[in-house]
Order: sequence, then C-alpha cells, then structure tokens
Amino acid sequence: MSARRPHGLLDLDPRAVRHARALARKAGAPVVRLSRTHTTVSVERAVLRLAGLQGADLEGIPWANRLVDVVREQVGLEHGVALPVWDALARSGQADVLAVAQQAATGALAFAVPEGRDATRARRLARAAAARGIAQIDRNRRQRERLVRRYGDPPKPWIYLIVATGDIREDIPQAQAAAREGADVIAVIRSTGQSLLDYVPEGETHEGYAGTYATQENFRLMRAALDDVSRELGRYIRLTNYASGLCMPEIATLAGLERLDMMLNDSMYGILFRDINPIRTFVDQRFSRQIHARAGIIINTGEDNYLTTDDAVDAAHTVTVSQLLNEYFAKEAGLTDDLIGLGHAFEIDPARPDSFRLELAHALLARELFPDAPLKWMPPTRHMTGDIFGGYLLDGFFNLAGALTGQGILLVGMMTEAVHTPWLSDRDLALQNVRYVLNAAGGLREDFRPAPDGLIVRRAHQVLDEAVALLQAIVDDHSLLEAIADGTFGLMKRPPGGGRGLDGVVKHGPEYYNPASELLEEGT
Amino acid sequence: MTGSRRPPEKRLFRPYGDTTGDGAVQVSFTLPLRHDKRAEGAALQLARKMGLDPALVAHAKPIGADYTFFVVYGRCSHLVDPTLVEVVEREYPLLTPKEVNQAIKSGLRRRLVVVGACIGSDAHTVGIDAILNVKGWAGEKGLEYYREIKVVNLGAQVSIADLVAQARAEHADAVLVSQVVTMRDSHLANTREMSAAFREAFPASRRPLLIAGGPRFDEGAAADLGVDRVFTKGATPGVVASYLTHALVTSRHPARSSGGATP
Repeated sequence: MSARRPHGLLDLDPRAVRHARALARKAGAPVVRLSRTHTTVSVERAVLRLAGLQGADLEGIPWANRLVDVVREQVGLEHGVALPVWDALARSGQADVLAVAQQAATGALAFAVPEGRDATRARRLARAAAARGIAQIDRNRRQRERLVRRYGDPPKPWIYLIVATGDIREDIPQAQAAAREGADVIAVIRSTGQSLLDYVPEGETHEGYAGTYATQENFRLMRAALDDVSRELGRYIRLTNYASGLCMPEIATLAGLERLDMMLNDSMYGILFRDINPIRTFVDQRFSRQIHARAGIIINTGEDNYLTTDDAVDAAHTVTVSQLLNEYFAKEAGLTDDLIGLGHAFEIDPARPDSFRLELAHALLARELFPDAPLKWMPPTRHMTGDIFGGYLLDGFFNLAGALTGQGILLVGMMTEAVHTPWLSDRDLALQNVRYVLNAAGGLREDFRPAPDGLIVRRAHQVLDEAVALLQAIVDDHSLLEAIADGTFGLMKRPPGGGRGLDGVVKHGPEYYNPASELLEEGT
Repeated sequence: MTGSRRPPEKRLFRPYGDTTGDGAVQVSFTLPLRHDKRAEGAALQLARKMGLDPALVAHAKPIGADYTFFVVYGRCSHLVDPTLVEVVEREYPLLTPKEVNQAIKSGLRRRLVVVGACIGSDAHTVGIDAILNVKGWAGEKGLEYYREIKVVNLGAQVSIADLVAQARAEHADAVLVSQVVTMRDSHLANTREMSAAFREAFPASRRPLLIAGGPRFDEGAAADLGVDRVFTKGATPGVVASYLTHALVTSRHPARSSGGATP
C-alpha cells in the first residue's frame, strides 16, 4: 500500500472542494447577472463622488443625493446619472459637478438624456471625471505599498482592535494608543444604524450612538493619525471601516479615495440582518467590491453574524456556504485571494463537551478551504456574560485556536464584552492575552497534526459535506434569492420584493452608461 | 446591645474573602498617571477613600506612558444591611426568546403582530431598529428574531395617519413608536398626537397596545402621553418582548381559560 500524501491536515478531497466551488458559482451566477443589469441610487451617487462631488447643502443632505434625486425625477435613472449630468454640465457651461448639483437644486437646470454627438461628448466628459477619481484610488494603493515597504508589514495574524467613542477626536488618541500597545489594524466601528441611512453623512463628526459615523472627513483624519503612529512605530497600521448597508458603493468609494485598508463588506449581511432589499444589496455589493479590488482594500465578510443568531454547531455549514458564496462574488468582482478576508467566529457554547475541538475543526476547515485568504477570526460574543474572568479564559482559548489554525486577522476579544464598550485597561489586558498566547504557542501550528480519524478531522468533513448538500439544494430546488427568501441563512426570511432600499433599484435601459463601471471592468 | 427582645438575627454583613468578617475586596482601576511610586501611593489613597483599609496594591502595570492599571486588595470597612435594600420589582418576568415564542404560541395561538415606526420628522431609526432588527442591541437579538412575532417596521418619518392605517391593515397587537429627536419637546407632542389618533380610530377594546420609546422619555409618563408603556435608555429587545408577552398574552389569556372578556 503506497502512502498517499494527505491533502493538508484534514485531507479534504480536492474533487469535493472543486465541486463546492462550482456549486457556489452556479448559485451566485444569476445574482451576478442581475447586478450587471441593474443600478441603484447609491451606485449612481458613487459615480458622482468618484468624479469629485463632495459636500452637503444647508440641511446636511449630500450634494450627491440631491443631484441623483433631481436627475431621477426629471429623466429617470435607467440611463444612469452620468449622461444627463455631464450633458447638462457641457450645455450650461458649469465649472464642475458641484456647480451642476447646486444649480439643479434651485430648479434652474433641465436635464435630458443626450443623443448622438451630445451623448458622445457627455460620455467622454463623464469618463474623464470618473478617471480622475480612479487615478486618486490608484495613487493611494501605490502609496500604501510604499508605506508598507518603508514602515514594515506586521506578521500574521494581524491584531485587530476596535475603537468606538462616537467622537472622531476621541477615537484618534485611542486608536494611536491601541497601535502603540500592539494593534496592527484599527477598526472604527460605526454609529448604530448607519447601515440603514440612505446617504453618507458629511464632515467631521462628534456624536454617534455606540460608534462614530463613517464620513470622508473622518476617514481622512484617522488615516493621517495612523500614518503618524506608523512612522513612530515602524509598522504600517491598517485602518478598517464598514461598507455594508444602503451606501456600500459610496462608502467603498470614499474608502478608496482616503486610503482605508480594509472594509467590512459582506454579500448578504444587509439582507439578512438589516432587512435591506436583496437585489439592492447584490447590485451595491458588486460595485463596491470592484472599487475595493481597484483600491487594494481587503474585504472582511460577516459570517460571524450567522453564529450569533443560529447555533454555532448546527449552523456551522451555513458559514462555509456563505464563505464560498462570498469568495465567488469577490473573485467575480476582481478581488484576489489576498484581499478576501472571509469571516468566521468562535461562538460554540463553552458548556458543550469538546467545544474547543469543534472550534478547531471549523477553523481548520476554513483555513484549508481558503488557503490563500487572510481569514478573519472573530472572538466569542454570545457566551460572554459579564463574567469577566471566565471571559478572559475563553478569549485565551479563542486566541489559541487562531494561532493553531493560522488565522490571518485576529479580532481581539474583550473580557468586558456585553458589559460596556472597551476601556483602556480592557484593551490592554486583551492585548496581553493575545501576546501571551502568540508568544507561548504561535509556533505550535508546526507540531499540530490532528489524528486522521479523530474528532476534528471527522467534524470538518461532516461540515463540508453539509455545506455541499445545502449548496446543491440551493442550485437544484431554487435560486439563491429564493433560498434567502426561505430563511436558509441566519434564520431570516427575506423575499426579493421586500426590504429597505428597493425603490432605489433601477433596471438598466438600453442606453445605460456608467463611466466608473466601464473603467473598473476594463481594469485600466 | 440594642435591647431588642427578638433573638439576634444577623443583619449586617461585610464582604467575605476566606474568613467571616474579613471584609476582603478586590478592585481594579486605571489612573491617568505615569507608573511610579507616586502613582502607587495615589492608588492606595483612592482605595482608602473607597473604604479599603488596609489596602494593598497587588499589581500595577503601565499602559503607555501616561496611564497605570492597578489591582488592589483591601479590607472594606463598610457594612451592608440587606433588610434595607429596596427591590423594584418588574411586574412581568424577563423571558428568553424561546419562552416568549412558547407563551405566544400557546396563549395567543397565532403570531403576535408588532408595527413599529419613527413618527414626525424624526429620521433617527436607531432606537426602533435596535429593538426590531434581527441585529438587535446589547447582545440581544431584535424582535424580528422571534418566530412568533411578526414585525412590520415602517421606518422613519411615518405620518400618524399612515401609522394608524398600517396598524389596522396589519391587525397590529402592538404599536411601537420611537422618538429620538427632542427639539422643543417634539417627542412628547408627537407621542400625544399619536395616542390620541389611535384612541379616535379604534374602540377601546380593539386598540393596539401603544408603546413609546426613546432616550429622553420619562418611564413614568405613560399615562400623561396616553400610551400603555414607555421604554427609555437601556431597554433591550428582550425587555420589550417580555413586556409584550405579559401585556398581550399572559395577563389577557391566563392559561387560555374560556369566555373571559378582557377588561
């Protein structure tokens, strides 16, 4: 009997893995077709933002929203916003898009869908304007690469810490302190409910609910502060924010323009957890991921959320299915493996026998299915009860599972989870926990070989089998949209005709033009 | 010693470490001071002011250049008297989502319908979404997560007429209204207007349960606002679900006995 070399630690059958990916492609392809034939108000606003439109009117309504609303009212959005806007700009002799937006708001501009040579001119102007935004995104990507070379890239796993005061001026010193204490990635968590705003707030903000608003100016201020501390520490500190929600395309665009490094961007989170219309979400998601791909921004997907609503063992395979779908959508939008931070979490009830072995099985399955993705490993939240001492131990085991299974991005768990937003001392203690585990056991991966017929290997195979079966059912019995409508993921039933933001979805007309999509698809 | 004729029942307690009456307490805190002997002395000073004497700094660790974290042990000189503790009883038990679902299923025998909205010009859906969205708040899933609760979230800037019409169309058992903006007491005026409209539109026995929520409301103001309940800062989805179950199911359909009209 010749010894066949096992595939990785779990000896997953490469044919089964290929089959799983093929099924994910099959399930996702109709959704991609839908995304290619529809636009949304947020996609159109992102085009304007890419072309440099910033600021808001006296009531705080962004000019991007005002302009898209006026255009939609006058000529509809099925042609896209670019043709009528740059046609009006050329005809009226306005200096820039901001002037067009301001004029339009007074009712002084009549928009039309240009034809013939007028259309050619509008297309050319719009493309040049969008190209300036893309060029800024390209410069930022090169700048990041330069800074990473100059300051140095921290080793994996990257230590990911959250700040969330509501006031960007308070967030800045906290973020810098966290970086000095060892954080490699700073996430500025958003104000509760920002994902449901159908506009991006403007300017520097000082008030938020359990988080700080994502705005272009807040992005700029924080990135500059982290550049300062990166220089001081000799380590490039990455900045994360959240794209998911009704404004995915715009927030992705602003992140690219302000050199953010990672973005929470899940293909289904908004649908399932925020009741955002499925079509709106998939259309927005595709555009936003094309922007992320261009900007070299690592996406973080949100599979951890499933395990906060459903049982972490029973629903383990839905995480795998979602990872496969997120990977398919990400690659389709141009993201490479190194930019796909697929999510998963340590959420099994610690009272359950063998809970840690099961966690290892799930974490290792994700690692071996997606060997080149910087997996994002999320700490326990559901079974953090306010018992800070027990919680500290649980976080230690979470860190150990992360080290043992080679996770790429380690979100630092707080022992005061479920008590309050982290204090300075909570973060410091949490980082000590991480440092101890990585220092004591960071190299243990080298020695760790689960028994070929042991619980870990068997469990990983079982989860993959269940995931394949679920994907097969989605493909055979119905479409992904129907599966979402049936409550397959996270127990939520979300029909394609329901949810927020549906009125912002528009089917392309035959003359639809989007200069940003054109440039992004060309990849030039 | 006090001359009481009753057998001396123990009333006063100290914290317990390993010996009755030792008063042993452990606290941790951070001072915004560079770590040195002066900072440790300051930690002891604080401990003494907290009633810990003697106190011992068991652990001191700098956090960056300007802060120090302390773990302090000490003997607490304070006594507690449990007989003087006033317990504010919630008139309804706090239920888990499972218990809520079970109670509705067996008591109501259909799904409980909740219609939620932000009314007036208030565009802040933060509060209503925290209670209704699956995502939830404070580690608790929102009402959408409850299998036996049907949630209709109308979102922001809903007119009162629309809210009444939707509540009627959905056969709402309860209407949740969130008000975050309090400019010129608009939250109070809007809520009174809303409750008046429901009273006008529904006979008393058919009117949905009215609930107002928002960070600046006063929990005792329900009667004044014409609503059945006010929830304020800190209310979680679980608290709201437990109240709904109490008010609409368990108190109205006690074990589903026959023929009792609700008062």
